[in-house]
Amino acid sequence: MERNIIIAGVGGQGILTIATILDLAAMHAGLNIKQAEVHGMSQRGGEVQTHLRIADGEIFSDLIPMGKADLILSVEPLESLRYLPYLKEGGAIVTSDEPFKNIGNYPDENAVFEQIKKTSGDVVFVDATKIANELGNPKSYNIVMLGAAARFIGISNADFEWAIGNLFGSKGQEVVDLNIKAFYATNK
Amino acid sequence: MDKLLLLGAEAVAVGAIDAGISGVYAYPGTPSTEITEFIQKSKEAQSRNIRSKWAANEKTAYEAALGMSFAGKRSIVCMKHVGLNVCADPFMNSAITGVNGGLILVVADDPSMHSSQDEQDSRAYGRFAMLPVFEPATQQEAYNAVSFAFDLSESVKLPVVMRITTRMSHSRAVIERKPMREMNSFNPDLNTRQWILLPAIAKKNYAGLIDKQAAIEKSSAESPFNKVVEGKGKKAVIAFGIGYNYVMEVCKNNGLELPVLKISQYPLPKSLVQPFIDRYDDILIVEEGYPIYEELLRGFSDNKKFRGRMDGALPRMGELSPDAVAPALGVKPTVGQPIPDIMVNRPPALCVGCSHRDLYEELNSVLSAYPGKAVFGDIGCYTLGALPPYSAINSCVDMGASITMAKGAAEAGLHPAVAVIGDSTFTHSGMTGLLDCVNDNAQVTIIISDNSTTAMTGGQDSAGTNKLVDICKGLGVEPEHIVTIVPVKPRLEQNIELIKKEIEYKGVSVILAQRECMQTLARKKKAAKK
Repeated sequence: MERNIIIAGVGGQGILTIATILDLAAMHAGLNIKQAEVHGMSQRGGEVQTHLRIADGEIFSDLIPMGKADLILSVEPLESLRYLPYLKEGGAIVTSDEPFKNIGNYPDENAVFEQIKKTSGDVVFVDATKIANELGNPKSYNIVMLGAAARFIGISNADFEWAIGNLFGSKGQEVVDLNIKAFYATNK
Repeated sequence: MDKLLLLGAEAVAVGAIDAGISGVYAYPGTPSTEITEFIQKSKEAQSRNIRSKWAANEKTAYEAALGMSFAGKRSIVCMKHVGLNVCADPFMNSAITGVNGGLILVVADDPSMHSSQDEQDSRAYGRFAMLPVFEPATQQEAYNAVSFAFDLSESVKLPVVMRITTRMSHSRAVIERKPMREMNSFNPDLNTRQWILLPAIAKKNYAGLIDKQAAIEKSSAESPFNKVVEGKGKKAVIAFGIGYNYVMEVCKNNGLELPVLKISQYPLPKSLVQPFIDRYDDILIVEEGYPIYEELLRGFSDNKKFRGRMDGALPRMGELSPDAVAPALGVKPTVGQPIPDIMVNRPPALCVGCSHRDLYEELNSVLSAYPGKAVFGDIGCYTLGALPPYSAINSCVDMGASITMAKGAAEAGLHPAVAVIGDSTFTHSGMTGLLDCVNDNAQVTIIISDNSTTAMTGGQDSAGTNKLVDICKGLGVEPEHIVTIVPVKPRLEQNIELIKKEIEYKGVSVILAQRECMQTLARKKKAAKK
C-alpha cells in the first residue's frame, strides 16, 4: 500500500491540521509516513502545500515525484490546480468550492471550477464553510474537508476517529465529538 | 521505546535533549527555528533546566555555547545558513581552541532559497574549518547523529557541524527514541591554555587540528551513517545527505539496481571512497547544495567519469527532487497533468492590519516628493514592502545592512537615505551600524519598524523589546531626533509630518514605528481566553 497526497491551500488556512490528523491516523494504522511541509515566508498568505506520503514499505523521498500523487486535497479551489503536475492520470481532487481571493488577479471562478472538472479522475467539491457552520463549529472546516477526502486515502475511519480523539482530546470530549461529526458530515 | 512523529528539526531537538545537552543557543531563522522552539516547549528540557532562550544573534549564541563547552557541558547552537556568516569568526576559531564539553553547530541550509537570500552550502564551512560534518538523510538519522556527534566531539575535542536542509528540517517522519543520557557535570577547563589564541598557542593548536584530521577521517570511514548499497553494472552513484533519498526513490520506482555510496559523515573517507570510484566507469555525484565534492572528485584535470551538477547531468542550482535526479539516472521523469493557463501566482503578502503596511503608506507619501530618494530595507516581514502595492524599498542584503548601506549612500551624496529595519534585526546587527552613523554624523533617517517580536520566523522574543529608545540614546543619537510614532490609519497625516521633518534633518535621526505584530497579538488574545 502506498498513497501520495498533496494537501494545498493558502498560508494561514490551516492545512497542517489536516496533515497532522492524517499523520496520526496513518501512524495508528501502522504505516510509514513522510510529510514535507512549508514554513517561513509563504505562510504570509502565499501558496502553501504539503507532500504527504504513507506506505506499508520504506518511503525514501520526502517529496512526491511528478505524476505520482493519488489525491490533491485542497482547501481552496485555485490551489487545487497549482499542483496538477504531481497528480497521476485518474488521480482524485477533493477541493473546497470557496475561493480565497487575496490577490487582485484571481481568475474567473467558473473557469477555475471548469478546469478542475476537466481533470481525469474523481472530483469532489465540498461546501465546507456552510457545512461547518451548520454543525455549529466553523473551525471544523478543515475536518469536513478531510472527511470528504477520506475514501481516497485508504485509512480506516476508525483510525481517523482515533487521530481526531488524540489531537483534540486535551480540549475535552465535546470538541472531539464535534470534530468527529464534522469528519462524517459528507462521509456517511 | 518511544515513537514520535517529528519534523527533522524536532528530531534534532529531541536528539539533543536525549544526548544530555545543558543548553541550546540560537537566533531564529528559517529553516532552523523549530529546533530551539521544540526545546523551549519541551517538559523534559524544562525538568533538566536546559537553557534555551533566544540570543541576540548567531555570534553571541555561538560564543555562549563555546563558554558552556569551556565549563564542561554539552550544548548545541542552531542557525540558518546565512547565520553562520554572522558567527563565522567564533566558529572558525573554535576549531583552533577545540572544546571541553561537546559542542554541535546545527546549521540549516535553504537550497532553492525558499526563505533566504542565497543558497550557500554550509558543508563548505565545515571543510574550511577542518571539522567533522554530519548530513543526515532521514529524521531518524538526524536523531541518532546528534548523540553520535557529541561522542565524536568529546573524543577528538573539536566542535562538530550538523548540516540539514529545508526539506529535512521541515519534513515529518516517525522516529524511535533511545534512553536519555546523563548531562555532563560542571567541569571547567581552568588549567589549560588552549583557549588563549595568542599566536604561539594558536600555532600549536592549529598543528593539533591538522593532526586530528586522521582521527576524524577514520570516524567517517567507520561511520554507521556512510554505507555502500551494492548494485549491478559499471555505473554508480555517490549520494550525499538527502540526495540519497531521491536516488533510492528513483531506483525503487524504476527497478534500478545501481551501486550507491551514501555519505552522511565528512570528511570524505578515502578508504571508503577510493575503492568505490575505482570500481566504476561512470559515477553520478548527487549533492543537495553546491557541487563541493563533485568538484573535488573531478579534480583540476576534470575526470570525465564523474557527472553531476557541473556538467548539467543535474541542475546547477536549486533543491534536488526525484524529478531532478531521474534523468541523470537515465530514467524518463514521470509527468502528471498540465496546469491550466488561467493559473496565477499567489505571492506572500503583509498581513491585513500589519503595522508595516501603515508605515510604508506613510513613507511612500513623504518620499514621493523626493525623486532622488532610496530606501534601504533589511531582513524580515517588512522586506515584503518590496512588492506591490508598496514597492517601497531599494535593497535587502543581510541583517543590519539597511543602516550601513544608507550611511554609505548618504556619504556618496544620496538624499534622502532612509533605512527600514525591524526591531529584532536592529538588535541582531543594526546597533553597531547606528554607532558608525552617529560617529560620522551621517545624514540618514533610520526607521525601526518595531512590532516587538521576531515576526517572520513565527513570533519569537525580540532582544530589544522596550529597550530601543535607551539603546539609541546610549549609542549617541540626539534625544530630540529619536521620534516614536504609532503607525495606524487615524495618525496617518500626523506621522507623515513627523517623518518629513526627520528626513529634512541634516544628521542621524531614528524613527521608532511601534505597534505590535498582528500575529502575536492574535495569539496572546487566544491564550488569554483559555
